[in-house]
Amino acid sequence: MQEAMKECNPSVSSQILRERAGQLLTDGTVARVLAWKKGDLPHNPEPAFFDSAEALRDLTYDAFCGANLSKYMIEASKLEGKTLVFLKPCDTYSFNQLLKENRVDREKAYIIGIGCTGKLSGEKIRSLGIKAIETMEGAEEGMLCPGREDTETEDGRGAILTFQTLYGQKTCAYGDAMLERCHVCKGKEHKIYDELLGQSHDTKDAERFAEVERIEAMSPAERFAYFQSELSKCIRCNACRNVCPACSCRKCVFDSNKFDSAQKANADSFEEKMFHIIRAFHVAGRCTDCGECSRVCPQGIPLHLFNRKFIKDIDTLYGEYQAGDDAESKGPLTSFTFDDAEPGIVAERR
Amino acid sequence: MYKIARENLPALCRAMAAGSELYLPVQKNGQVNFAPWEESVDEAALFTGLETLKTVKSPKDIFFPQSETLYTCKKDGKKLTVEPEAWKDQDFVVFGMKACDLQGLKVLDQVFLSDPVDTFYAARRQHGTIVALGCKEPETSCFCRLFGTDCTEPAADVAVWLTDAFLFWKPLTEKGEALTARLKEDGPLARAGEEDNARVEAEKAATRRIVERLPYSHLSLEGWNGDATDEKFGDPLWEELYKPCLACGTCTFVCPTCQCYDIKDYDTGHGIQRYRCWDSCMYSDFTMMAAANNRTSQMQRFRQRFMHKLVYFPANNDGMYSCVGCGRCVDKCPASLNIVKVIKAFAAGEKATAAKADGPALEKAADKGGEK
Amino acid sequence: MPIETKEEFRPKIVAFCCNWCSYAGADLAGSSRLAYPADVKIIRVPCSCRVNPMFVLRAFEKGADGVILCGCHPGDCHYSTGNYYTRRRMTLLFSMLDYIGVENGRTRVEWVSAAEGVKFSATMNDFVAKIRTLGENVRLEDIRCKKQ
Repeated sequence: MQEAMKECNPSVSSQILRERAGQLLTDGTVARVLAWKKGDLPHNPEPAFFDSAEALRDLTYDAFCGANLSKYMIEASKLEGKTLVFLKPCDTYSFNQLLKENRVDREKAYIIGIGCTGKLSGEKIRSLGIKAIETMEGAEEGMLCPGREDTETEDGRGAILTFQTLYGQKTCAYGDAMLERCHVCKGKEHKIYDELLGQSHDTKDAERFAEVERIEAMSPAERFAYFQSELSKCIRCNACRNVCPACSCRKCVFDSNKFDSAQKANADSFEEKMFHIIRAFHVAGRCTDCGECSRVCPQGIPLHLFNRKFIKDIDTLYGEYQAGDDAESKGPLTSFTFDDAEPGIVAERR
Repeated sequence: MYKIARENLPALCRAMAAGSELYLPVQKNGQVNFAPWEESVDEAALFTGLETLKTVKSPKDIFFPQSETLYTCKKDGKKLTVEPEAWKDQDFVVFGMKACDLQGLKVLDQVFLSDPVDTFYAARRQHGTIVALGCKEPETSCFCRLFGTDCTEPAADVAVWLTDAFLFWKPLTEKGEALTARLKEDGPLARAGEEDNARVEAEKAATRRIVERLPYSHLSLEGWNGDATDEKFGDPLWEELYKPCLACGTCTFVCPTCQCYDIKDYDTGHGIQRYRCWDSCMYSDFTMMAAANNRTSQMQRFRQRFMHKLVYFPANNDGMYSCVGCGRCVDKCPASLNIVKVIKAFAAGEKATAAKADGPALEKAADKGGEK
Repeated sequence: MPIETKEEFRPKIVAFCCNWCSYAGADLAGSSRLAYPADVKIIRVPCSCRVNPMFVLRAFEKGADGVILCGCHPGDCHYSTGNYYTRRRMTLLFSMLDYIGVENGRTRVEWVSAAEGVKFSATMNDFVAKIRTLGENVRLEDIRCKKQ
């Protein structure tokens, strides 16, 4: 079963990653490797640390390696020696932002920027009616494989994925199974790295703020109904917070025992709104829009719509700003100008 | 056995909802979860709900809600009153639970119905009639077979099977008979014939054949039992396994058997509501005490979850595991960790250790202090 | 037979006032005998920038119908720059509240100096009138806090 999955992404194959990691481990440049480990189903590789060349045989890099490894570098920075970390282009923004906030140690990281041709969402595949997957083929083409015109499909939805399932063969287009964030990709340029491996291909085929604008155009009652019904699904599992590279507080305000509403009680009234608004606010100006929150939400709540609203407002009110673009500039909420807009602008804009 | 044509299912739901509350899987904003029946639930959402193998949250929510008020204290001038929350006193029907969910309820029963009885839970169990649906097209993440569950034979008050044309209905208990009698009066149920029996049996057999082919169906639980505490607790493998864990509560909140809860007070400004809500052993304040916390690292919290399911629970409940193999955690873990990977890692670890001449490594993993 | 009377809606308003300017402004309004509705409950804060977005949401959760922040005029902050941060934070927060469908008149920021007793009273009168037209806050209220 795993054989078919082995080389899912030829923009840079697992084998190349294994070899390079092996070299760096053997010559003592790094003490450990942070990458993804082959799962036991075709679609569940997990983030993992490897500390021997022998262990590296389980290292994998395929279309399901969406997990952003930057946050694990906070812990890795406390360990002895350097950690080799593989970062996709969008993950490097998160690393930069953590660096800016002194949460990771640049000296403890050896960053290999790796190519990305878009990552797949297991949830989306399931929602297309494809389940009980035994093998998957065709992911190596990604959205469009560079230099391989035969993989270009007329409708622009990318290569065709073929699944062998317990209920027969199923197919779908790569673009239809891709994570939301890849459709609005910030670009395939690595913002911080020690070396690069593999090529990327652009996956952007949608406007980043289109959904936010669609909601802004609704009436207040419609907007309220929309968010109420989405947030009422929240089960307070805190996955969005715990996966978020910007949520790196040692103790979250919502975990405080001085806080009179538990972080785990879902009251289906105000609690969820409070949590998600405040969480988005706490990462406003620091959120790189990496999309991990929406990827991990077990209830499929489009959490990126909160973060993107803040990003859009920051862009229009205080000038274009991309968190994680660099590791030095001041964030929009830790700076100001003397002629900033007054809060009343919110009412005036309507 | 009885049957009802597929297109009459909305009518059946309406009939069930007429005499009592009805909970069933419903699709809302793209996700299927158990919810109270409403007239506004359209046919498409109803069928999507019934054909979805696994709801996101398990139906334990119906018997053991994620948050529930226990009592309320009110202050009126100098007068203080305490009002306990009423127990469930109305009958209700749960439609569409699966065999693994039922096994989950058995686990909860062990906890909440043994002395001291949890009266809130007991009242809900007493008033609930469960109509469970035999599984069709199981997923690769399913492993109920490992715990001896036959997903095609849900042993509820009523067992039902959905085929292309009919829903077959078989009452199994007194409660089930009572519900059936009520529905027969209202009309929609008809008696099924011999050929129908054969049809259902054929579908069950087909599903069982798929179950045999599922990748997790033939795992081994060897070494996982109530006596394994000493052996498993100190195993250095935990130090490796926990590392990708994000410490979120997804696995515990989608799990049909996780039963830990926290009790807190909420100040409403004009009184105090004492409520309980699900807790997760993955959270840093789990079992927090006045002095401090007895589990200080994420490794310990991670280990607790699996040791509880596979060692501590069987030790206290005649060998019953508190995992039912529904596979929700397999599907939902943000870091793709799960109980299966733990079982497999230990099996592989034991093989490796056995191969080594120097015998099993029993060095106690040093408990790391401080927060992860 | 009791006569049915519809009680006039008395909103609950929380006003966060900075210690150095706005609170003194409120004082001046009082000592100048300028009237403003008793529906306004003032919470004194060291600086408008002390107001965490959570304070605003908490106030709504616990039943406030409107929240107003008052601080020193930009440039006059006792701590030099506190209110500039307030300005950005509250702009973003108010925009988010508007985005999730909360009526945008329920929140306001006003700069009131220690000498502006008249402005304080006028602002509060105006804000209370606005909240009266908007009615009770239901979208951000926690149902548990409703008095039964």
